[in-house]
Amino acid sequence: MTLQDILIATAKIVAFVGLVLPMIAYSVVAERRISAAIQDRIGPNRVGPFGLLQPLADGLKFLLKEDFTPNYVRKAYFWMAPALTMIPSFVVFAVIPFGSSLFGEKMVIADLNVGILFTFAIVSLSVYGIVLAGYASNSKYPFLGGIRSSAQMISYEIAMGMSVIPVFMLTSDPQFYATGLSEAWTTFLAGTADLNLSRIIAYQSGSLFDWMIFKQPLAFLIFLVAAFAETNRLPFDLPESETELVAGYHTEYSSMKFALFFLGEYAAMIAASALMVVLFLGGWTLPFWGLDEPASNLFTGLLHIAIFIGKLGIFMVFFIWIRWTLPRFRYDQLMNLGWKRFLPLALANIIVTAVWLWFRS
Amino acid sequence: MDPVFFYTFAVLAVISAVLVVWNPLARNTVTNAMFLVVTMLSISGLFVLLQAFFMAAVQVIVYAGAVMVLFLFVIMLLDIQAEKKRRLRLGGLISGISLSVATVLIFRNALFAEGGADETTGSMVFEGSTSALGKQLFTQYLLPFEIISVLLLVAMLGVILLSKKELK
Repeated sequence: MTLQDILIATAKIVAFVGLVLPMIAYSVVAERRISAAIQDRIGPNRVGPFGLLQPLADGLKFLLKEDFTPNYVRKAYFWMAPALTMIPSFVVFAVIPFGSSLFGEKMVIADLNVGILFTFAIVSLSVYGIVLAGYASNSKYPFLGGIRSSAQMISYEIAMGMSVIPVFMLTSDPQFYATGLSEAWTTFLAGTADLNLSRIIAYQSGSLFDWMIFKQPLAFLIFLVAAFAETNRLPFDLPESETELVAGYHTEYSSMKFALFFLGEYAAMIAASALMVVLFLGGWTLPFWGLDEPASNLFTGLLHIAIFIGKLGIFMVFFIWIRWTLPRFRYDQLMNLGWKRFLPLALANIIVTAVWLWFRS
Repeated sequence: MDPVFFYTFAVLAVISAVLVVWNPLARNTVTNAMFLVVTMLSISGLFVLLQAFFMAAVQVIVYAGAVMVLFLFVIMLLDIQAEKKRRLRLGGLISGISLSVATVLIFRNALFAEGGADETTGSMVFEGSTSALGKQLFTQYLLPFEIISVLLLVAMLGVILLSKKELK
């Protein structure tokens, strides 16, 4: 690895964080404005035009509030937990292709050949932050929240992992990559292997009905619901369900430590949305106006990033909309849904896809 | 650059592995479980240095993620007070030492091998495509693969039997 490589990687990381942090801040604003609209209120509109500077005010408030540590907590874990919630949500972004290329550089920090496995590995670590927060707080409600979260996230991780297998069964078609792609794509994909996320995008770039959401609707449905459970969003926010557990795993947290949990949730939502855009909605491509190929100039490069953020925004609004529409599940319903409905369905989907591929060959 | 990373991960893996079984600062089973996570992550880092990205990712998914289950096991099933009082026992010591000696004997060929590793097969299985690895598992190594799955099933049944106090 040369100095130039390191500098380029650093620049990409800085740019990505610069892109993701405002997205997190403004998804909080969006959450508050959309919830207000749904409940026939106005929502925060005092700070700046249309309340657009609200994140600054919120941030200032989080910094100035007293950072209170109850004296019965387990200190080391109490400090570690917020960071452990925040870090995995950010690390997932390392393998997600946000756009095609700018200045001849691929718009992904680490173009791993095991991209999807990397994201699942990181997601499997994200449960530690919440469970440790519950354990460290050393009091009843956070503890229950942490335990709930662990069972919930382990269960839905399995359904989630199983649901994407058919997608990769379809996309690991060597013939398609040998003959079905234009030259721009072939050079773009040089050196990638089966589980690379850019390949999934290439496979879906042909037409609208090549998108996995149309080819694998069941896989998409399972993945979508599992994403809600993995990010602890309503209707699956059992770990923090405020009507029974006060605030669940972050009851004892205040000030910036609480903010890290809060922002971590939104970062996880953005990461899950980005993953769904890549896997099911054709990533940064659109099947017309020549936008289905890696960019050759600066304008299309920027346009691809804009398309990606636009698709991601649709999922974010959907996440928020669901939160203010559906009531919370009961815990046994949640577990039944995960283990007795989605897991068998995902397995059946794998078998059906396998049989179809076998017939076709 | 590589040696720096190697020694960092190797030292981290060994030290935290020791802290899993013997922690002089705290007799807290949750702390031990957390050090197990650090060990698993360091080993995954070593896999990355070997260019075995698939193995690295699977290491984190299967082991580091699954320590969570151990963690729950500690909190919900283990009597933590009794565990704190427990001292080192002779039987445990003897079986532990003989087990480590046996492991070293099993791996002695790899540990004291002359010359470098066979790089062609290594890169084919690890670095190459995941489908190559899958094909190997389902053709050449099918029997060991299936036996391991039966072993896992037995372990799962055992856990259900142990955690259910009264059987109907």
